Amino acid sequence: MITKRIIPCLDVRNGRVVKGVNFEGINDVNDPAVLAKYYSENGADELVFYDITASHEERRLFTEILTKVAENVFIPLTVGGGINTIDDFDRVLKCGADKVSVNSGAIKNPNLITEAAKKYGNQCVVISADVKRVDGVFTVFSKGGRENTGMEAISWIKKCVELGAGEVVVNSIDTDGVKNGFDIELLKLVCEAVNVPVIASGGAGSTQDFVELFKEIPSVSAGLAASIFHFGEVKINELKKELINNGIKARI
Amino acid sequence: MIAIIDYGIGNLFSVVSSFKYIGAEAVVTSDPEAIKNADRILLPGVGAFEDAAKKLRETGLDKVILDEAKAGKPILGICLGMQMLFEKSYEYGEHKGLSLLKGSVVPMQGAIDEKLQIPHIGYNALIFKKSHPLLKYIKEGDFVYFVHSYYAVDCEDSLVAYAEYDKDITAIVAKDNVMGCQFHPEKSGEVGLNILRAFAEMEAIK
Repeated sequence: MITKRIIPCLDVRNGRVVKGVNFEGINDVNDPAVLAKYYSENGADELVFYDITASHEERRLFTEILTKVAENVFIPLTVGGGINTIDDFDRVLKCGADKVSVNSGAIKNPNLITEAAKKYGNQCVVISADVKRVDGVFTVFSKGGRENTGMEAISWIKKCVELGAGEVVVNSIDTDGVKNGFDIELLKLVCEAVNVPVIASGGAGSTQDFVELFKEIPSVSAGLAASIFHFGEVKINELKKELINNGIKARI
Repeated sequence: MIAIIDYGIGNLFSVVSSFKYIGAEAVVTSDPEAIKNADRILLPGVGAFEDAAKKLRETGLDKVILDEAKAGKPILGICLGMQMLFEKSYEYGEHKGLSLLKGSVVPMQGAIDEKLQIPHIGYNALIFKKSHPLLKYIKEGDFVYFVHSYYAVDCEDSLVAYAEYDKDITAIVAKDNVMGCQFHPEKSGEVGLNILRAFAEMEAIK
């Protein structure tokens, strides 16, 4: 059977990984290529890069860095951030990305999902949704969680899969940064609603949070996190051993 | 020299990078002469079977591949490239493949437990069926990265390794100099690179 995937997420601005990283034996902790290689050699199953730059100049730098990463790291790479058109898909795929994650771009133009899926295959198109409870309703937010779209989250995600998205990243704004565990309630609803892989994001604070995620929701495919990996609070290889000790399949 | 066949299908970036990384000389080409002069041939492929098979025929590269296979040159198909080595595929209709290997390609939909997700995406463990030089640097139980919705069946005579996803999913096939991987060795970390290393060392069968 396939293993549960553990995915570190790197936010890149101006060619550097932001939030800083704290690893023994790595001097340049903000170099995306150095970090990507470190992660791929230490058990990461995939990597996600978010381009959080704004200008065209910085965007060009991002693709240069991505090329450098992809020339040296041989696990699946997903790229997100600023993906609004088919040209954006093309730009990052040419630099070695395997999957492209769309968020606000799909909210503005849902047809982008279908267009990209037809051109590159469903497996290439990842829908990323930032979700927050508003008056008890799971609601989709755009623009990095700043703007309430008013759309109900589960039906939006279902629609994206029908339009051709091959994978879903669910980021809970409510649990993000709290480090008290994934949003099990939300993730359960998404996993019941779609039959494509679901990647949980937001809230991981410890190894136990990943164990709980995969035990509570056997159909969830992967867990994604950033700072707990970057700061070495959770080491991926040790996390995977703990998953296996708990009867959860993981790649070691 | 490895000729990576360019017939306008899929993204060759990672395949090219991985050969470069392991120090194997490789060139992306659609030139029949370059393919004839190469020591080994890599047939990549992502996308739909019908479209890919059509492009191979239109470019005449199907004949070049068949000739080189007959001459004993090592050929490795990856993902859709592997599927095209078989006789036919039932992906949206019925389509002819290269018929270098016995067997056909069928949808996972309807064949496997409906509770399981399709495509089969992620790392799965290889179970060896028989020994082969392609396995030289890897061991049974090693994980490789799959992304596919169709799989090869009725290919017992070439089956080298499979992975379990409700059914036994054909993972590595080989018959003499013709080989294929359903998964992506260029995306399977060190294990995948080790499969490509073994392929890069293979000599033609005289």
